[in-house]
This record gives sequence, structure tokens and C-alpha cells, in this order.
Amino acid sequence: MLTATTLSPGTWPDPDRVFAALADTTRRDIVWRAMTGDEGVVELSAHYPMSFAAVQKHIAVLERAGLVTKERIGRRKVVRSNVEAIRMAQRMLDRYEQLWRDRIDRMAVLLEEPIDAGSQTAAGSQTAAGSQTAAGSQTAAGSQPTGVDQPHKETDR
Amino acid sequence: MTVTAVDKDIDQLTMRMTAEFAATPERVWRLWADPRQLERWWGPPAWPATFTEHELTPGAHSAYHMTGPNGDEAHGWWEIVVAEPPQSLAFRDGFANADGTPDPKMPTTEATVTIEAIGDGKTRMVMSSRFPSREAMQQVLDMGMEEGLREAIGQIDGILAQDPV
Repeated sequence: MLTATTLSPGTWPDPDRVFAALADTTRRDIVWRAMTGDEGVVELSAHYPMSFAAVQKHIAVLERAGLVTKERIGRRKVVRSNVEAIRMAQRMLDRYEQLWRDRIDRMAVLLEEPIDAGSQTAAGSQTAAGSQTAAGSQTAAGSQPTGVDQPHKETDR
Repeated sequence: MTVTAVDKDIDQLTMRMTAEFAATPERVWRLWADPRQLERWWGPPAWPATFTEHELTPGAHSAYHMTGPNGDEAHGWWEIVVAEPPQSLAFRDGFANADGTPDPKMPTTEATVTIEAIGDGKTRMVMSSRFPSREAMQQVLDMGMEEGLREAIGQIDGILAQDPV
């Protein structure tokens, strides 16, 4: 309901079409240029080394994806980007980025555990290693479980 | 910051993330290879992961599930494509039914990981992940994977402070 007032059904972005439409350099460039929304198809086509008809086709794909709309201004028709649809595409990747950022943060936390838990945070250091000398480049006492360790070799097959 | 670069390509449906850790490549590899380590970072805090099968050998399949706040389980699988410790890993990640069999209706993502020493005792890890289609991407994101992302950030500090070993 809320969106229906701002976007007519024809311009409602469909994710599949949005990404397919954006999977082309020329079309991405058109979307970029049409942000300002003051050029028509003719002016836009002048930027590309291809026929007017080819540019027209690209614009039609973008239109179907809801990424651009044509608007009449006086006697001219200008092509204008639909910022909302572009944001949606971006948001999807943003969410995925956040997922991995969080994973990498958790990895970093784990990496701090065994080798030198000391360094900066420490504070409550009850770590077995005892003396918080850290710094020591000679990985303290045999506590370092590297390769040999290989926990869980579930060779069941 | 740990993450040093993010490169998102809408057109290729790919995201590449570069991170630097103060650890050796072998140690970073263990985060992926040791299921007990892996399950501590794979799922968001609200959806912790349990890997019931996991071995980084080409052709091997991993099985895992993530358990939600209400006890719901979301099952998943990996298929290992490349495993060259400690520098190179590639796998496919998909959804599974409750019995662990891959769910063919659900999308899979392809991930590649490269790990290399960059001196100073540091290691660079580049993770890149690709979706087969935009629909797949939408589906993965809609599966509630982003649930708990907010709280995840908050909990990291908690883990750091606790030293839960």
C-alpha cells in the first residue's frame, strides 16, 4: 500500500529483472546518467558508440526492470532512473556483505584465543600460560596446537 | 580493522572480501578445517552452527545445521571442490532437508578462499562468493540469514571479554 502510492505497478522492481538489466555495462552507464533525468533517448544515445536503436533497446530493458522511467517534460521525453529499484539491488549485496563481515569478526576473535591471548585485551588473564610477557616471539610453551592436533578426523565412509 | 577491502559486483553477483589477521596461514586454515572452530564463527550468535560431518578434502561433503532461538533447525551442506592447506579452498554451500539431503529447490553459492602470509606474522584471506542468479541471492538472503546480524555485532564484544576457551 505504501509503495503503491509512490510506484505504479509497472515500475515496481522485480529482483530478477533488476539484476539482469544491470548485468550490462552500457545499461549501468545509462542508469547512472539518467540519475539527473534531463536527457532524452536521443541525447543519451549520443554517448555510446552504437546505433540509436540499440540504445533504445537497452533503455527498454531498463524500463521493464523498473530501473528507469520515461517522463514527458514539455515537448520532450526524458529518461529518469528509479532510485528505489537501484537501492534495492544494492541493499541485497549490502546484507550479504554484513553477513560476511560478522563472520570475519568472529574469526578474528577466535584467532586471538590460543596463541597470544595477551596483547591488548587480556585484563582478566586466567589463561594457563601464566606470565603475560606475551610479546615473546617464541610461541610460549608447547601450548600451541598446530598441525599435529587435527581434531576430529571423522573418517567414516 | 580486520576487513580491509570489499568488492561487490552486482553484475557478476559476486562479493569479494579481503581480511587481514594477526595469525599464520596455518592458524587461519584451521578456522575452516576444524569443525569445532568453524561452528563458532559460521552461524550468527542467534543461529549457532553444528557441523556433524566436515573434512576438507576435494569431493567431501560437510553437513551442518544452525539452531535458531526457538529450536528451529536450518540444515545445510558443503561440497568441497578444492582444498590445498593452508592456502586454497573452494566449496559449494547449499541448503538441506532435515535429514541432511541437499534440497535441490534451494540455491547454492560458490565460495573460494585464498589464504597467504603477508609478513609481520600476518595473513591475508580473500573470500569470494558467487550466487548462481539474482533469485538465488534473494532467496539466500530471505532465509533469515541476516537475522541476528545486529545482535551478532554486539555479541562479539561479549566473546572478546569472556575468553570462552
